[in-house]
Amino acid sequence: MNAPEQIERTDKAALNPEIDDLTKRDYEWGFVTDIEQDSLPPGLDEGVIQFISAKKNEPEWMLEWRLKAYRHWLKMTEPTWALVDYPPIDYQAISYYAAPKSADDAPKSLDEVDPELLETYEKLGIPLEERAALAGVAVDAVFDSVSVATTFKDKLADLGIIFCSFSEAVQEHPELVKKYLGTVVPTTDNYFAALNSAVFSDGSFVFVPKGVRCPMELSTYFRINAANTGQFERTLIVAEEGAYVSYLEGCTAPMRDENQLHAAVVELVALDDAEIKYSTVQNWYPGDKDGKGGIYNFVTKRGACRGDRSKISWTQVETGSAITWKYPSCILQGDDSIGEFYSVALTNNRQQADTGTKMIHIGKNTRSTIISKGISAGHGQQTYRGAVKMLRGAENARNFSQCDSLLMGDKCGAHTFPYIDVKNPTAHLEHEASTSKIGEDQIFYLNQRGLDTEDAVNLIVNGFCKEVFRELPMEFAVEAQKLLSVSLEGAVG
Amino acid sequence: MSNDTNSLLSVRGVHAAAGGKPILKGLDLEVKPGEVHAIMGPNGSGKSTLARVLTGHESAEVTAGEVLYKGQDLFELAPEERAREGMFLAFQYPVEIPGIANSTLLREGLNAIRDHRGESELDAIDFLQIARAKADILEMDHAMLSRAVNYGFSGGEKKRNEVLQMLVLEPTLAILDETDSGLDIDALKIVAKGVNALRAENRSFIVITHYQRLLDYIVPDVVHVLADGRIAKSGDKDLALELEAKGYAWLEEGANA
Repeated sequence: MNAPEQIERTDKAALNPEIDDLTKRDYEWGFVTDIEQDSLPPGLDEGVIQFISAKKNEPEWMLEWRLKAYRHWLKMTEPTWALVDYPPIDYQAISYYAAPKSADDAPKSLDEVDPELLETYEKLGIPLEERAALAGVAVDAVFDSVSVATTFKDKLADLGIIFCSFSEAVQEHPELVKKYLGTVVPTTDNYFAALNSAVFSDGSFVFVPKGVRCPMELSTYFRINAANTGQFERTLIVAEEGAYVSYLEGCTAPMRDENQLHAAVVELVALDDAEIKYSTVQNWYPGDKDGKGGIYNFVTKRGACRGDRSKISWTQVETGSAITWKYPSCILQGDDSIGEFYSVALTNNRQQADTGTKMIHIGKNTRSTIISKGISAGHGQQTYRGAVKMLRGAENARNFSQCDSLLMGDKCGAHTFPYIDVKNPTAHLEHEASTSKIGEDQIFYLNQRGLDTEDAVNLIVNGFCKEVFRELPMEFAVEAQKLLSVSLEGAVG
Repeated sequence: MSNDTNSLLSVRGVHAAAGGKPILKGLDLEVKPGEVHAIMGPNGSGKSTLARVLTGHESAEVTAGEVLYKGQDLFELAPEERAREGMFLAFQYPVEIPGIANSTLLREGLNAIRDHRGESELDAIDFLQIARAKADILEMDHAMLSRAVNYGFSGGEKKRNEVLQMLVLEPTLAILDETDSGLDIDALKIVAKGVNALRAENRSFIVITHYQRLLDYIVPDVVHVLADGRIAKSGDKDLALELEAKGYAWLEEGANA
């Protein structure tokens, strides 16, 4: 029933850019005056960016920054080097400011929702009252691209820690945002980062001042639920000299949606002796068994170990999305700085993931560790793509990389592309890789000891992932295990 | 078959194929509680296929016949259900499973079985006490419990590990598929000690072996010779000695005459 609408959008996108230019002014007027409006129709031009910026009451410099990014983006082309396959994205068919889901399209009640999705909520123990919202049922509480209320704010404020939505940070702490925004991921960095810089909706801002250890895990749940709304989160975390913070991102509940573009940017900055631990559990709706629906997740995450002896650690558990394109990276600029990347990625059914990391060693005695665990089942396709660069000045730099793949069944695939670029002869690199298959013999052996097939698979998979799970905060590790087992149900046998 | 009611296991006229090739051709076997049955026979006679049929391995395709285990149709039960009903196979080639600790597998297995019986699950501490005591019987280092299942184990360690699992899971019917192969005499004695420690009135064993040697230490009640997919001859422990002396050829001649 959506077909005619789709065609209309395509036609609109095919419009001559000159005509687009001509119409721009009207567009701009329309929206700048109508500031009360809650949503934008699909389409992207400078007027849209001005609307978003005005909506957020942003200062002039912020708008300029967005426009600069947008103008650069127009000159870029979408990257095609990743080993993923998806139909072309029509950027004019996306709405760049969240519209509440139309009550006509949304399921009226949980009875209209895919029973398999409901079953998954049940298994994950999602509270009843949250299920309807996650499934996209038209309810009062809309979890949209507005940041979830930040908690414990007063307590953190006493310590001088700032933890707020990105929009709020632009208003309240413009000098900090101005100082660090785009310094790790420049607006021109890549196609999706440029797009994000132009249209980012909201996100989180964390600032931990000199010498302060953040006493609690900071977490935020990003939730998508408005159909056909691009999601462009922007996160910036700064740890000053000697500061420490652990940040959790994500949600284990799968979210029902049509194909949606999700292009987030996360920037981390660690000064001398600072440490940032960033953990993610990502479970966007992966599409159905045939790959229909599902979210496109094109994320740029990068941390700068700017200070000496600083440390940045990425831990991720990726089970969702139809397409994942994601390479959390570290720039090891300070001497003796440390970068870590621990990843579990799972692709089942028709999911595709091209993920990995980049470790760029600039300072002396810099060290990096990469532990990547990929699990492919069904028709899932997975690529590890990792780069380790050691520049001329990186005396005694060290890297250890381990990339393991686990295959289930004979229709999935795992691919590994390690890139190594060493310019300093004192560098030391180790790379280990393995590919194994969950064999029917292993399953039968465990069956014979009394375990049913699903428990057997869970046991094997958890064993495979344990080096990564132990890097996660306790409650996240428990959720992640549960998530993997639900995601793999029916993958064997 | 009037005495079936007190059999733990009744195999009746079972035909089974592996890879499309008929292997078992009308096999009958009655095992009563507390009995130890040895099954001997030349290579390819169907010994391992019998073990696979009983435990439900999908490579053994049953084409005719029936098996009653504890009075129920065995073929109605999935492999894990057979295990929970007390059937245990000591594998001829134990499988390596990296990433899972031996103790984890054993605890999960034991708790699955206990849960099936309506018993409470054992916690980690109680379980470890049991597992360590069993490891002591087999003169195994406790460190073996925390190593990954069979991963990097020597051939002898793997076989011993199978027997350790048997001791912990305390099956009702234990099938040992050439557990003696590849063991030196000292290891063989230790394995036999483990089996003998478990012998009981309500527990039966099917010991599949090529060699009479094992039966010096695990003394069977009945010895069967499997030839061409059928039990060609059954007798007491002396049959094993006779086979050792004469080989299998005379049996096949006798069967054909």
